Amino acid sequence: MRVNENMESTNMKMKTILLTTAAAMIAAPAFAASHMANEMTIVSWGGAYSKSQLLAYDEPYSEMTGTTIIHDDSSAEAVAKLRAMNEAGNVTWDVVDVVAADAIRLCDEGLALVIDPDKDLAPAPDGTPASEDFGDLLVSECYIPQIVYSTTFGYRTDMVGDTPPTDICAVFDLEAYPGKRSLEKRPINNMEWALLCDGVAKGDVYDVLATPEGQDKALAKLDTIKDQVIWWNAGADTPQLLADGEVVMGSTYNGRLFSVIEEQDQPVAMLWDAQVFDLDGWIIPAGLSPEREARARDYVRFATDTQRLADQAKYISYGPARMSSAPLVGKHAELGIDMAPHMPTDPNNAKNTFLYNYEFWADYRDDIDAKFQAWLAQ
Amino acid sequence: MSDTAQSGPVLAADGTPLKKSLARALRLQKTRALLLIAPLLLFVLVSFIVPIGQMLWRSVENDIVSDTLPLTVQALKTWDASAGELPDEAVYAAFARDMIVAVKAKEHTKLGTRLNYEQTGISSMFRQSGRKVGKWDPVADAPFKQKLIDVHDGWGDINTWRVIQTHARKVTPGYFLNAIDMRLTPDGATTQPEDKRILIKLFGRTLFMSLIIMGSCILLGYPIAWLLANLPMRQANILLILVLLPFWTSLLVRTSAWKVLLQSQGVINEILVWLGLITDEGRLVMINNQFGTIVAMTHILLPFMILPMYSVMQTIPQTYLRAAKSLGATNWTAFWRVYFPQTVPGIGAGSILVFILSIGYYITPEIVGGTKGVFISNRIAYHISSSLNWGLAAALGTILLAVVLLLYWCYDKIVGIDNVKLG
Amino acid sequence: MASTKTDDAFVEFDRVQKSYDGETLVVKDLNLSIGRGEFLTMLGPSGSGKTTCLMMLAGFETATHGDIRLGGTEINNIPPHKRGIGMVFQNYALFPHMTVAENLSFPLEVRKMGKSEREAKVQRALDMVQMGDFGGRRPAQLSGGQQQRIALARALVFEAELVLMDEPLGALDKQLREHMQFEIKHIADNLGITVVYVTHDQTEALTMSDRVAVFEDGRIQQLDPPDTLYEQPKNSFVAQFIGENNTLMGKVEKIDNAANTAEVRLDDGSLIDTIPVNVSEVGERTLVSIRPERVEFNKDRLHADAHTLKAEVLEFIYMGDIYRTRLRVAGNENFIVKTRNAPDQRRLKAGEILDIGWRPQDCRALDA
Ligand SMILES: Nc1ncnc2c1ncn2[C@@H]1O[C@H](COP(=O)(O)OP(=O)(O)OP(=O)(O)O)[C@@H](O)[C@H]1O
Ligand SMILES: [Mg+2]
Repeated sequence: MRVNENMESTNMKMKTILLTTAAAMIAAPAFAASHMANEMTIVSWGGAYSKSQLLAYDEPYSEMTGTTIIHDDSSAEAVAKLRAMNEAGNVTWDVVDVVAADAIRLCDEGLALVIDPDKDLAPAPDGTPASEDFGDLLVSECYIPQIVYSTTFGYRTDMVGDTPPTDICAVFDLEAYPGKRSLEKRPINNMEWALLCDGVAKGDVYDVLATPEGQDKALAKLDTIKDQVIWWNAGADTPQLLADGEVVMGSTYNGRLFSVIEEQDQPVAMLWDAQVFDLDGWIIPAGLSPEREARARDYVRFATDTQRLADQAKYISYGPARMSSAPLVGKHAELGIDMAPHMPTDPNNAKNTFLYNYEFWADYRDDIDAKFQAWLAQ
Repeated sequence: MSDTAQSGPVLAADGTPLKKSLARALRLQKTRALLLIAPLLLFVLVSFIVPIGQMLWRSVENDIVSDTLPLTVQALKTWDASAGELPDEAVYAAFARDMIVAVKAKEHTKLGTRLNYEQTGISSMFRQSGRKVGKWDPVADAPFKQKLIDVHDGWGDINTWRVIQTHARKVTPGYFLNAIDMRLTPDGATTQPEDKRILIKLFGRTLFMSLIIMGSCILLGYPIAWLLANLPMRQANILLILVLLPFWTSLLVRTSAWKVLLQSQGVINEILVWLGLITDEGRLVMINNQFGTIVAMTHILLPFMILPMYSVMQTIPQTYLRAAKSLGATNWTAFWRVYFPQTVPGIGAGSILVFILSIGYYITPEIVGGTKGVFISNRIAYHISSSLNWGLAAALGTILLAVVLLLYWCYDKIVGIDNVKLG
Repeated sequence: MASTKTDDAFVEFDRVQKSYDGETLVVKDLNLSIGRGEFLTMLGPSGSGKTTCLMMLAGFETATHGDIRLGGTEINNIPPHKRGIGMVFQNYALFPHMTVAENLSFPLEVRKMGKSEREAKVQRALDMVQMGDFGGRRPAQLSGGQQQRIALARALVFEAELVLMDEPLGALDKQLREHMQFEIKHIADNLGITVVYVTHDQTEALTMSDRVAVFEDGRIQQLDPPDTLYEQPKNSFVAQFIGENNTLMGKVEKIDNAANTAEVRLDDGSLIDTIPVNVSEVGERTLVSIRPERVEFNKDRLHADAHTLKAEVLEFIYMGDIYRTRLRVAGNENFIVKTRNAPDQRRLKAGEILDIGWRPQDCRALDA
């Protein structure tokens, strides 16, 4: 789901970007011509997630409008690529799926269009305007969320003895749960969990983390398990490490754990505590021609209506971002199991959740990341 | 001939001086040649030189502050930060006017992101203030000083204004300072605090590990290249295919294969435990550290070492070794004094290739490097695609380029670049 | 075949066989002894096994069967670097990364010789091949002939008693080659070294050697001093391989073993005098060989009762020092006669019919 999902293409060098830029400039007229046809390019993450979108949104939309949809699995590097396209004056993407933090940055950079939910989006079936139906999840004026996912821990049921962990702080408890654990190789989420388990109250976490002392405190807590951590970059890492028995527990996206547990039948269970909610959704890039922009808006309106969001949950265990979609969530399309209990938004799972503070991380990301990387390298 | 030489300049058949007509003929030839390669030249220029130039420029370019806040920058010129007082209303008014324009153009958040690199927190100041300031009128809503401070107390912090003042210049050394663990503060260039210094360490580690990878590529590649050059054609071809095989699979797959082999429940550890060479608790840690990076990268870069070596070895006839032996040299002396020196150009070419490639590598270190096996390129990639601090990425890239050129220069001085044979 | 086994043989091949692939013998039953100080040349068509013999002697190939002895001791199991044999390769094999002086000093260094001694020897060797001023150059900066000399000097500098040369002059032009032939021979004689020399070029073989071994198909066909080889080839292969040669086919009519003569009835019915070389029975088919310069058409010079043949002049070629005349003789249209350009020599004209003959001892009846 996140920036490093697709390592191979994520990491592009300056040169490649600039090269693309130069090449794009030369190729601009050709591209413009190809977009005259009735086709649009939709960018997403690839894999099971893209497949769920294809089935829930793209195929119905194509059928309805006759639009040919071209897929591009570049969401991991969407921000950098959109910036490069924008600089080159040739935006080739029509709709882009990104996480909330990236959407905020794209909006800040002027790379994404403002979307007015009540004007541009469909209301709920009962007439509730979209702005209310999405509620707090509209974290940026350029961003329409589709799903709520959470970053949470999975553990090996066969490696934790008779007392499976129920509390996030099990991650920091090497005595009760010896063995390696996998954490994402970035400060976000890890710093918050460290503070929570170091006795900081949930409401104070970001205030503490804003101070250098708070950052040191968090790192000191992480220091206690540093030797036992395998750091991951791609969402697929932790599921694999769990399946191989390389780690006793590890953080990843709940949808990934769902497939390890339900689809692959591994001895793994989910720890629903202090999981961090995050969003995934659409932006429309700035700089499209009027007709492309109109079509992009039309697509987003269709793909984010109540039924479509509920449909997506048939294929993947992420919760629809509209409140009105929740009651419509049914069974898994292939496994036939009820999907509602596997949604991060399910009341049973969401007893103790942690709300990710976008604003904080937009400010502190670089600062804390530098510290975090220096700490890692020690 | 000798007659004409005596009687002045030599003339061509048509009476023009020979030198002149020769020059004309040559010029014609050159123009034609140039026209022939012109498209290629243009392509090279556009696709290589221009991006590198852009990168160099981006590493010092800093138009954004003075372009977004022209009036403010002008007004701040007369403000003396060392007096310890906030700027006066004129600066705030100029800032308000700049912001109203910037918000309309959606430029203010970009500036916020830029200044946030220098002072954490400015990003949200600009984003939050923008929502309100955008609705103001530059005349009717004056005065602005107190109003702005009410919107966000950051505007009442003298440091905010000092940062804007410090980074107002159009060309900045700031990114380069950042790249070497320093920063440009209102009080001049200082080193980063201890707990944020990482880049120099990473540069050092990148060079060091690249050297080790280069060394292990030489050690492993040399005998393979020798075999390739000396086996009968058929076997050599099969071996060559094996050498090139890694190129046919994706980098990701190759790196992941190493994971499967090296991890603690991996194939190698399992075999060692099964053989009883190590205990179950004493499994070797071979991945997510420098060792893993070196193993995986050596494997991936090995062909780049073998191929130039092979192409050089192929041109060395057997008779040299025979000659050396007939002159009384033992096998080892014949190899070391006669064969080896002739393969040095191949080793040189392979080493340059492997070293430069490995300096720029980031995918493999990211996957198997853990915390200690990460290269400087990983940070470049991070700043390109995650932090979007392209100025810093460009500065890091420029330094890397400079290091490569420097090493190349040293190499030329020591070994001589004419001695390098790439194929 | 011919082996002059002497007890003081310096180099000795004793029933040596060699096969690379286990299927065919490249060298078949080689017996050869070379005396100390001898200049022996191996001559033969391409692929006849010359290089293979040389390599076995140098130690780079092992004999499949048989013994090779050097100075009386068997060397089959001595590695090449301990044999102390100097070698000159066809492409010279000068080490490109070393200067000329370093190339020469290499064999001395590996023998752990002191620096001053080394330098003196290198200089002496360079002077010997008249390259005294070239010590500081790299091989690539030398002409072909100069490289040749350096290669020679390098093979000699460590005072090997036996020097092997595999077509050392192959890459040089004709004039330079002739010059170098002389020089190599001269140096070899002066130093008293034993040389085994391989060449394709029969002139080279004839002019330089004490003895020549003619190879064909892995066997020595004849081993003799140059004059014997040329004048008394032992079989038709040697006769045709060495020098120019006229051949006529026929049947043995009469053999007189006491006088060592034989009469041969050619295929067109005419009868000629020969000496039998390897024919033994009347009625046997034979190939008769006569050197072009031994054919006579001046009646005065022919023996009174010599058999003569009718010949028609087809072509007359003026070659400066000699005349070369092509005749039709007994059905053979390529019958060549060479005559010296002397004041009393007659120039034949095309279409002329004449009688030709020769001394019986110049006409050899060989295997067909
Ligand atoms: N290394 C080898 N492996 C297999 N066969 C070989 C090898 N070297 C030579 N031969 C074969 O042995 C035979 C004799 O080769 P050799 O090189 O001795 O001939 P040569 O008389 O030196 O010929 P040339 O005058 O062309 O150099 C040839 O048929 C050749 O193909
Ligand atoms: Mg040969």
